[in-house]
Amino acid sequence: MMQWEPVIGLEVHVQLMTNSKLFSGASITYGAQANRQACPISIALPGVLPVMNIEAARLAVRFGLAIGAKVEKRSVFERKNYFYPDLPKGYQISQYKHPIVSGGRLTIATGSGEKAVGITRAHLEEDAGKSVHENFHGMTGIDLNRAGTPLLEIVSNPDMRSAEEAVAYLKKLHALVRYFEVSDGNMQEGSFRCDANVSIRPKGNEDFGTRTELKNINSFRFVEKAINFEIERQIDVLEDGGAIIQETRLYDSERNETRSMRSKEDAQDYRYFPDPDLPEMILDDEFIERVRDSLPESPDQRKSRYEREFSLPSPDAEKLLRDRDTADFFERVCKRSKSDPKTVANWINGELAALLNERHIEIADSPVDSDRFAALMDRMADNTLSRKMAKDVLAHLATSPKTGQSSAEVNLKTSVDDIIESRGFKQITDSSEIERLVEEVLDASAPQVQQYREGNQKVFGYLMGQVMKTADGKADPGQVNRILRNRLE
Amino acid sequence: MECRTVLEHSQALKEREYSSVELTQALLEKSRSCAGLNAFITLTEEQALEQASHADKLIAKGEGGPLTGIPLVHKDLFCTKGVRTTCGSRILDNFISPYDATLVERLEQAGMVMLGKTNMDEFAMGSSTENSYYGPTRNPWGHERVPGGSSGGSAAAVAARLAPAATGTDTGGSIRQPAALCGLSGIKPSYGRVSRYGMVAFASSLDQGGVMALTSEDCAYVLQAMSGFDKKDSTSIDQPVPDYVNALSDSISGKVIGLPKEFFTDGVDEEVAQAIRESISMLEGLGARTIDIDLPNSAAGIPCYYVLAPAEASSNLARFDGVRYGHRASEYTDITEMYEATRSEGFGPEVKRRLLIGAYVLSIGYFEAYYVKAQKLRRLIADDFSKAFEKCDVIVGPTAPTTAFPIGLKTDDPVQMYLNDVFTNSANLAGLPAMSIPAGFDGQGLPIGMHLIGKYLDEATILNVAHHYQLNTDWHRRIPEGYA
Repeated sequence: MMQWEPVIGLEVHVQLMTNSKLFSGASITYGAQANRQACPISIALPGVLPVMNIEAARLAVRFGLAIGAKVEKRSVFERKNYFYPDLPKGYQISQYKHPIVSGGRLTIATGSGEKAVGITRAHLEEDAGKSVHENFHGMTGIDLNRAGTPLLEIVSNPDMRSAEEAVAYLKKLHALVRYFEVSDGNMQEGSFRCDANVSIRPKGNEDFGTRTELKNINSFRFVEKAINFEIERQIDVLEDGGAIIQETRLYDSERNETRSMRSKEDAQDYRYFPDPDLPEMILDDEFIERVRDSLPESPDQRKSRYEREFSLPSPDAEKLLRDRDTADFFERVCKRSKSDPKTVANWINGELAALLNERHIEIADSPVDSDRFAALMDRMADNTLSRKMAKDVLAHLATSPKTGQSSAEVNLKTSVDDIIESRGFKQITDSSEIERLVEEVLDASAPQVQQYREGNQKVFGYLMGQVMKTADGKADPGQVNRILRNRLE
Repeated sequence: MECRTVLEHSQALKEREYSSVELTQALLEKSRSCAGLNAFITLTEEQALEQASHADKLIAKGEGGPLTGIPLVHKDLFCTKGVRTTCGSRILDNFISPYDATLVERLEQAGMVMLGKTNMDEFAMGSSTENSYYGPTRNPWGHERVPGGSSGGSAAAVAARLAPAATGTDTGGSIRQPAALCGLSGIKPSYGRVSRYGMVAFASSLDQGGVMALTSEDCAYVLQAMSGFDKKDSTSIDQPVPDYVNALSDSISGKVIGLPKEFFTDGVDEEVAQAIRESISMLEGLGARTIDIDLPNSAAGIPCYYVLAPAEASSNLARFDGVRYGHRASEYTDITEMYEATRSEGFGPEVKRRLLIGAYVLSIGYFEAYYVKAQKLRRLIADDFSKAFEKCDVIVGPTAPTTAFPIGLKTDDPVQMYLNDVFTNSANLAGLPAMSIPAGFDGQGLPIGMHLIGKYLDEATILNVAHHYQLNTDWHRRIPEGYA
């Protein structure tokens, strides 16, 4: 049996977080009524001209600096010419020979360790509009709201060798563009779209096989499934003595298969040439340096700092850095709380994440702000609250407001201590009180005490549970454990 | 009254000799009676009278500027809000622009009154105004002759004294050549001086709006009003516009006129060459100095132009696909057929020829050999001018090799037609300001144009030299028979 090695490169279209289109002042708010954002430039009326939105360039530079790439001081917009009803000018303005960013890399973590994936280039281009086939019997509707939306197309080297690596790269890229506020990364709204180039070659072979391009794979899960399907398909074809055709294939998520869309023979000649309506884009050092100065600490730098400063294990740090708001939240809590950072990380990644997830809230809108979360951590650290109690307090802190009250009014005024006080959540740490509870339980559990003394160690758990139950969960479990054991020995 | 210049009208309006409404009515009336020239695609009578009456109110309050109440016509390539803008093409026959071009807006702000939209070669592709969906325009100096092109409707209208001024666009000579063939003064400013926003693109890196009028002085006034930076056009120049009017009276004594031998070749009609030689000697008499200069790459101008302009056009005209506006074929079964039928029906033969040439020179395998090479030649041509302008202030020669030729003479020979632009297109390739002014008449009574090319952004000097020439000649004062 021949061993095959997949070779994968990804092209990701990221929608930039600008207020307006790449070459006009039209808004790009998602979900607007059809063609309400189609200005004269989006419609490509006769005589209109593009004017570069410099904010898009700033975000592209931001991305370039974030991945340690070369930011080109000179880049050139060209016209990619083809006819399509939702391409109003009959050409797309895109950077071709001279992209704004070239040569960067992302480090991904996979089952087999860390790996660097090269980024060939990232270039600015405008999005097309949308053809709408529903509700237009025998006709096609055209919605040009999206036409002209600024995109950054990020092209990787063919450095990935499995679907798993491809997904790891995508996730890393997704987190990065969100972290650096280059894009909102919203995949449902099409702000983060992926095409994959897939080929296979006999393991050990240096030459690339013929590749196919997979389209329509717009979730991490579909990327993995589509690539795996395509790898298997190519292996089948080659092992049956066939040849791979260079073509574009569409992924059908319902059937989990890829289908041929167009072959290389149908490939169009886009007749690229520099757009004479737009001067070459020249970025001076000052512009680039200003962007550099505005960059936050990178996730990788931050991760090693967490490992160093807070002694956090790598996976914990990674989780906190899934987005910038979470990491910022973590740092604010650590600054205010005396609690151990590892516990704080566990609680943010565990309890708080679960709570927010359940309610579909972003951490930036968390009903429990970092101040109160820090107070909660402190009450746990000084043993006022047990883990279980802390969980209950957190739930109370996050209680939905009553009708007519905003969460700010209700929750933000209620402090952790208020809740502890009013709900009687205080942990019993007074040892004489605990001794009294232990005594009470042992008196009522003569048979179990007997069994324990005869060597049945596991009865200890039962007795422990009885004490905690009697204490209504408020006793400090560590103290109960110690006192109970002393009493039984 | 109808035959006066912009400045004469301005004076008369100020002195209440007649009102803008009266002038507008008279010119509209004359335009209707001269319908046989086919200078107009659309007359905007109602709007013109409204603008004129508004101008009269301003003048009455003493608030008008020099152009307030002065009628003009726009080439039908400029978008005009609420008014049909056809570009001389069937494909835009039904297109009513929802916005005004920057140039249109600026001239309206200056108080000018739009009488109508003029005929032109389809999408400005041509040198005779024969390539119009609306039929050819006739030259007032000889009705069987072409007025030149592509701004032939504008030139014919001003020559026939249907309007004292007209806008035009010039991609390879489309203002200057019709100005020459119709006995007018016409200027194409430096590339980027006048906003292209709302001027339907033919070849974006060469297109430039400008003006035709009876005198260079009038050109200076109108150009002043239309020029200047526009943030809606990324190629417009963010530099102050000099005071053209003020510069007109500067002395031309000591100005150095460069004479490229490449502009005085056998290809030039002898009567034309003779008139230009006499005009140059008159400029010397007025104090200018002449020197011989070289423009060694000028022979490459035509081939270079006919690669680059079609290349850009093939992309610029892709938007006319029948999807969103303009003509759409009625018979088709799928989208490809819709495009093919719409564009086959919508475009005329010359446009199709250039779209095919353009698509060809941009194709894989030909791009380097044609487009890239033409760009290199363009640079060489521009460098020739830079070198020449180290030694001179203005370059002078004939605007076109011949006077107005008969309608139909060159329609079957595109290359002969293209050679009309042999002296003009290099100014577009180099982005330089250039103008044509009347410099005599041939034996058949047809006007001859003298071509003046200036340094980049130095429209003032060519207007200045032209103005002094006109102070001492009366070619520009002559009116074609039947139009006085």
